[in-house]
Amino acid sequence: MNGKSEVTETYSGLYTNNISKITAGSSSHINAFRQKAFEKFSQLGVPTRKNETYKYTNLDLFFKHDYKTYFIPDESDFLKAEEFRCDVTDLDAHGVVLVNGFYPTVNGKLRQLPGNITIGSLNEAAKKYPDLIAKHYGKYAQSNSDGLIHLNTAMASDGVFIYVPRGSVLKKPVQVVDLVDSKEDTFNQHRSLIIVEDNAEFTLIICDHTLSPSKFLTNAVTEIHVGENSHFDIIRVQNEHNNACKITHTFIHQERNSHASSNNITLHGGLVRNSTYHYLGGEGAECNSYGLYLTDKWQHVDNFVNVEHASPNCTSNQLFKGVLDEMSTGAFNGRIFVAPDAQGTLAYQKNNNILLTDDAKMDTKPQLEIYANDVKCSHGATVGQLDNNALFYMQSRGIDKRQARLMLMFGFAHEVIQNINVAALRERMDNLVMQRLKGELSRCASCMVKCG
Amino acid sequence: MLVIKNLKGAINGKTILKGISLEVKPGEIHAIMGPNGSGKSTLAAVLAGRDIVEVTEGSVLYYGKNLLEMSPEDRSKGGIFLGFQYPIEIPGVSMVNFMKTAVNEHRKHKGLEPLSASDFLKLMREKKELVEIDSKLANRSVNEGFSGGEKKKNEIFQMAMLEPKLAILDETDSGLDIDALRIVANGVNRLKRPDNSAIVITHYQRLLDYIVPDVVHVMYDGRIVKTAGKELALELEEKGYDWIKKEVDNQN
Repeated sequence: MNGKSEVTETYSGLYTNNISKITAGSSSHINAFRQKAFEKFSQLGVPTRKNETYKYTNLDLFFKHDYKTYFIPDESDFLKAEEFRCDVTDLDAHGVVLVNGFYPTVNGKLRQLPGNITIGSLNEAAKKYPDLIAKHYGKYAQSNSDGLIHLNTAMASDGVFIYVPRGSVLKKPVQVVDLVDSKEDTFNQHRSLIIVEDNAEFTLIICDHTLSPSKFLTNAVTEIHVGENSHFDIIRVQNEHNNACKITHTFIHQERNSHASSNNITLHGGLVRNSTYHYLGGEGAECNSYGLYLTDKWQHVDNFVNVEHASPNCTSNQLFKGVLDEMSTGAFNGRIFVAPDAQGTLAYQKNNNILLTDDAKMDTKPQLEIYANDVKCSHGATVGQLDNNALFYMQSRGIDKRQARLMLMFGFAHEVIQNINVAALRERMDNLVMQRLKGELSRCASCMVKCG
Repeated sequence: MLVIKNLKGAINGKTILKGISLEVKPGEIHAIMGPNGSGKSTLAAVLAGRDIVEVTEGSVLYYGKNLLEMSPEDRSKGGIFLGFQYPIEIPGVSMVNFMKTAVNEHRKHKGLEPLSASDFLKLMREKKELVEIDSKLANRSVNEGFSGGEKKKNEIFQMAMLEPKLAILDETDSGLDIDALRIVANGVNRLKRPDNSAIVITHYQRLLDYIVPDVVHVMYDGRIVKTAGKELALELEEKGYDWIKKEVDNQN
């Protein structure tokens, strides 16, 4: 195609108009990536439905909107945010709050946790730990063909930085509460980097929330390195309003004999697109990719999973489930790539969906590319209704139909929830899912943060 | 307690029940026998409220109330229990949660408070012993991965938990080995009270060695073609169903 699309032009313009301000506030190590990433974005553009991996998702609904603000904070924004206090009561976790993708404090932008673990602002870390940044930043995401990743690299300046040194084990999870809050319609981008070195153990919970009713578009990239023999879990809980669009790209790069899991739980949101890239880069690595999406009204949730078996004797498992009500829609695209010398690969994929109405719609697509010969691989997808036989069985024991439906849907969803390793969060999720299925979950009602 | 009059019913437009009349009094055990395809399970489905059967004629009164107008859950709470021929697997719903919800719905219906967690578990333990069901099954999803025998025992276990006034057991004996059959039958016998009743649907006589019926009916081609005492079951065991089929076919 000659020339860029109108949407791509708009976002290129955003870059041109803001780049000096962005560059001024961020570290040179991050700035060094911008120009090249912008060129790549200009070439690839904002994905359209012509892109195979965005076939079922129309981003125009959110990208064609004229956002009043591209959020780049001034010092005063940080001062204002200092007043914002959150008290994470339910969960025994180390809390981190991001506001519109920025670490909203002036002081203490980086803090130490037991085991010499560092958490805090990526922008600050880039100034303080240039070696770590040079080793990992951009490394896992930059060869991707999704233009939005490059738009993020070109413009994002802050997000969460976590460094778990060799041998560190953090029993309590870290919870990042990722708030979007503005009186004006806002486009946000943030960038996170999580480095888990060898023989370490770490659990990260990310909660995506909208706090004000404006229209939001968020494009977030997270790069994660999981070292040899390490164990890493990431759980993302999404609860945003119907006028918000959340696009996440998560790269999990694993070394030898490491275990990693990702769990994307979408409780609410206007348009959600989660891309999860698992790279099994060392022999004996194992990954689990889970997802649950509960949708209604005009909501749309799209999960794209890419598992790359680059080394022999690795195991991967994908389980994604959805319950779609009213006229909501969903998409699942699970790719398994097995490299020529990745012998002894085990790769599984399952996507099950329940459509509660005739208008709800789900597109599901497995994509297997296998270039090794000693491989065990299976995939299965279902799109169906609630089982009438099961409903009748429950009714015949005295359980009324409404309750029986709820129990069936809950049981269906629980298969994903039960994989959460943090017991308190698992129970909390069970409750939230039940509320959601009952139609009682509104924006914020579920927030783990009691905002004062 | 149950009065069925000239009941006719169809599935997908095909008439299966062609005029059934039957009365069950408190305390009675009725056996319904008959060859495959005679409509026994369809009758059980109508009584439990399965909506795939369309009732085209006739009436069913349960304690004087029109049973056909009641929802399946109201029938259950009113004391009707169907033991399924093919119990349904419900992934993700634990036996404990399933039974707790059911028992408390029944209690609510009777104006009772829900059972506390500890009282409920105590009740489960008691009833599990009755049917010699493996304790571990209670922690699993309903019927998921259960063997055929375990599923049938689980039906009797649920019956024990819900204490129905009228139990309808649809081919509970099919697919059971002799030990499981004995356990299932013992369970039914031990749950028997002077005022509750059962309809035992079976293809074979052998269950009736353990559960002694007061009345035996033979169904054939959507009708009850013969009704007699328990000796009829023995006669059927000996001679098969052919003589009855012939008798009926000759009359037509």
